[in-house]
Amino acid sequence: MRTTFNLNRKSVEAEPEPRTTLADCLRDELRHTGTHIGCEHGVCGACTVLVDGAAVRSCLMLAVQADGCDVETVEGLAENGALSVLQKAFRKHHALQCGFCTPGFLMTAHGLLLREPFAGPDRIRDVLAGSLCRCTGYIPILEAVLDAQQAYQQTRKSMP
Amino acid sequence: MMQSNSYIGSEVERVEDARLLLGQGNFVGDLSCEGVLHAAILRSSVAHGYLKAIDCSAVRACPGVRVVVTAAEIGPTIPTVPLRQDPIPTTAPYEQPVIANGKVRYVGEPIAVVIADTAQIAEDALEFFKLDIDPLPAVVGAEPQHAASALFFETTNSNVSVRLEGVKGKVSDAFARADYRRRERFTVQRHTAIPMETRGLLARWEGDKLTVWGGAKVPFAIRRLLARHLNRSEQDITIIESDIGGGFGVRGEYYPEDFLVPFCARMVGRPVKWIEDRREHLLATAHAREVECELEIACRSDGVILALRGIADVDMGAYIRTNAVTPPRNIAQVVSGPYRVSNVHMDVALVMTNKTPVGTYRGPGRFEVDFFRERLFDMAAADLGIDRVQFRRINLVSSAEMPYPLPTVMPLHSESECDSGDYSRTLERCLSEFDWPTKTKSDGKLIEGEYHGVALGCYIESGGSGPQENARLAIEVDGTVSVVVGSTAVGQGLETTMAQIAADALELPFEKIRVFHGSTNLLRQGFGTYGSRSIVMGGSAVWTAAAELKKAMAAAAARKLGCSPSEVRLLEGRLVGLKGQSIELGEIAGVAAEGSFGSDKRTYSYGTHAAHVSVDSKTGRVRVLDYVAVEDVGRIVNPAGLHGQTIGAIVQGLGGSLLEHLIYDESGQLLTASFADYLLPTMSDFPNIRAFAMQEHRAPNNPLGAKGGGEGGIIPVGGVIANAVASALRSLGAQPVALPLSPPRVWKLMEDGRSASARSPATAQ
Repeated sequence: MRTTFNLNRKSVEAEPEPRTTLADCLRDELRHTGTHIGCEHGVCGACTVLVDGAAVRSCLMLAVQADGCDVETVEGLAENGALSVLQKAFRKHHALQCGFCTPGFLMTAHGLLLREPFAGPDRIRDVLAGSLCRCTGYIPILEAVLDAQQAYQQTRKSMP
Repeated sequence: MMQSNSYIGSEVERVEDARLLLGQGNFVGDLSCEGVLHAAILRSSVAHGYLKAIDCSAVRACPGVRVVVTAAEIGPTIPTVPLRQDPIPTTAPYEQPVIANGKVRYVGEPIAVVIADTAQIAEDALEFFKLDIDPLPAVVGAEPQHAASALFFETTNSNVSVRLEGVKGKVSDAFARADYRRRERFTVQRHTAIPMETRGLLARWEGDKLTVWGGAKVPFAIRRLLARHLNRSEQDITIIESDIGGGFGVRGEYYPEDFLVPFCARMVGRPVKWIEDRREHLLATAHAREVECELEIACRSDGVILALRGIADVDMGAYIRTNAVTPPRNIAQVVSGPYRVSNVHMDVALVMTNKTPVGTYRGPGRFEVDFFRERLFDMAAADLGIDRVQFRRINLVSSAEMPYPLPTVMPLHSESECDSGDYSRTLERCLSEFDWPTKTKSDGKLIEGEYHGVALGCYIESGGSGPQENARLAIEVDGTVSVVVGSTAVGQGLETTMAQIAADALELPFEKIRVFHGSTNLLRQGFGTYGSRSIVMGGSAVWTAAAELKKAMAAAAARKLGCSPSEVRLLEGRLVGLKGQSIELGEIAGVAAEGSFGSDKRTYSYGTHAAHVSVDSKTGRVRVLDYVAVEDVGRIVNPAGLHGQTIGAIVQGLGGSLLEHLIYDESGQLLTASFADYLLPTMSDFPNIRAFAMQEHRAPNNPLGAKGGGEGGIIPVGGVIANAVASALRSLGAQPVALPLSPPRVWKLMEDGRSASARSPATAQ
């Protein structure tokens, strides 16, 4: 089925089967392999992308449901090819080891801080508890998100 | 040459991170190639039975299905997965055929492979197999009475595949003269590593040459086994290591799929890709940890330990696979941990059951046996009226006793000794960081509906597994130095730490070092990453090769500069002669050196953990209010990397202590084959963990002085948490002897305690 959506601010067309998940479509047809698949039943969160600004498990959403939507993946986070503030904070705090779950954590945190830049640590922890990481023990991830938070707050303040 | 560096010991940001953060990693699932086909594997849904017939006709008729492979297509002889590590010849009858051959022995055992145009078609086609399986009773418990109920390897006379013995001193004499003895039975549940990336392979033949992507952990060993099974020479096979989404022991071993995928690719004449799904991972990738143990301690009345003896039944699952003997070996060897115990005897039975085969998982055998020992120590200390901290203080091995021998494991003749350190230092530091005197004030008290408890435990972590590692360093035309090492990356930041070591050894800027690793086309021979060995073995190989490269650099530069090698200096990345004449590093491109490091002596990191927990008096839910870890790893290469390993390992250990459980029913069906049923820790579960690393006592047996540090974090967690829960519930007389301490179990402990005290109020204090 012909499906058209904005992927990281660029219009793309795909021809997924009706049963194809958004995750498979992104990875296999559109060759955006930064979105990872860890469980295919919506628990691990590695495949999280933003659809119209909301964090979505792309393994639980059909590709055809993205028709007409704005889809953001980890490949769209970088600013002119350089690490974003959030990505830099992950690096600074050693918030990743194997890096497999990382795209999901980045997109979940990015989506949260865009909507709720003043979220407190408990709120951030609650939201990120929807993703699984087996390497870091999570503590450095929380530190990284808290470190990056100020930049999101400033962006919000500078908006009219 | 002079230009002193200090990258070793610095929190250098990881070179791996940029690609991983940008979504540009190269995990095996991300790879594709021209003409690739996809594999799906039919797995047994029956735990034990005769596989009488496989009707593939409807599968072969599916549009898009190219090839169907069963034992008939592979035979007449079906290769078996060999025991690679700690080999014992008598395990041969218990090895797993790469595909079920006349019999199935666990749910998840491969029966057939479908190769199709897409992964979806291949998976759909699995529905069309018609199997005739004649079911047999399943053996699901490792206790001897279970194991004897149905012999399931016809060529053997027992479901106990191997018996190991850990021996030291004269145990019966020590028990005979002891003032105090106590014997208890403990259980650790089946759980496992669960890396976030499932396994996967991509195999492509070009004529007689095979390339396999998705290698991890031990690519050279995989190549050796694959060459034997495919009847090729090792030179015909290349194993490429891609980015790896976590290993923790289970990933990168030689599994049946490591044979099946390349075999199918050869048969179909096209590249074949296989990516394990999560349910499949929970059934097919190695399980771990399931042990029942009866452990007995003998002490003098002053608390000095005289002896430990025990019997352990280790549930091996249905087959002995590549590294399955290592956890039971460790149970036999590290039962005494960091303590002075002159007399030890452990009998460890490796019992076959109709469940997924087991392997190593971070801290293999050590997590389990530390739980047994530390739990028993707290019981003994209480019985003797000795403070549990003091009990440990008087029994810890002292620095003057180093090297201190551990029990020898037979019939492996496996000997090892604690190498160096002052174990009391991490104990005292832990007490101080934890603020033991303050925390113990709430110990055993019921405060606002929560019982509070504190506990601590000491451990040793063996690292630096032998036998050897190799490295090759070369100057490149762009003035960088390429470092090739046989160690592999499983997410631990290997490229960063190896570059730190090379930069310091060569006295070059970190940015000048580029690290390549793992793949079999880079070195003649490599060994890989297991048993916390990469810094110790790989790092020492890089260090050794760098010393050789420096000599070669000086000689090559001297010829260009017209001076003697001893006059060559390295200044800001340029090679400089006595009179100030200089050349760029790139001008001596091609200069290279090799280095190896071999050792059969393990390193022993050590430490102490302490925990403060609360137990909900109504629900039995355990919360970790504070957790402190102190370790000494000899020498720290990247403190942030080590800290991450430690915190991550502790959280894994807390998962294994409180949440994670692979549960089977009586017919051998796995009931926890999804993340909805198998509970992994999340960010909100264990936010209160603090870790401190020391480097007071270097390892004596490697040039870096480093000790393995990847596993220590997990080892003592079960014992510490169970002791903290016991301490919290002391007013109820509760004695946890089985993990995980899930709410229903803890609730039951409390209920049993309450009903016992209701029966005899005078004795329950």
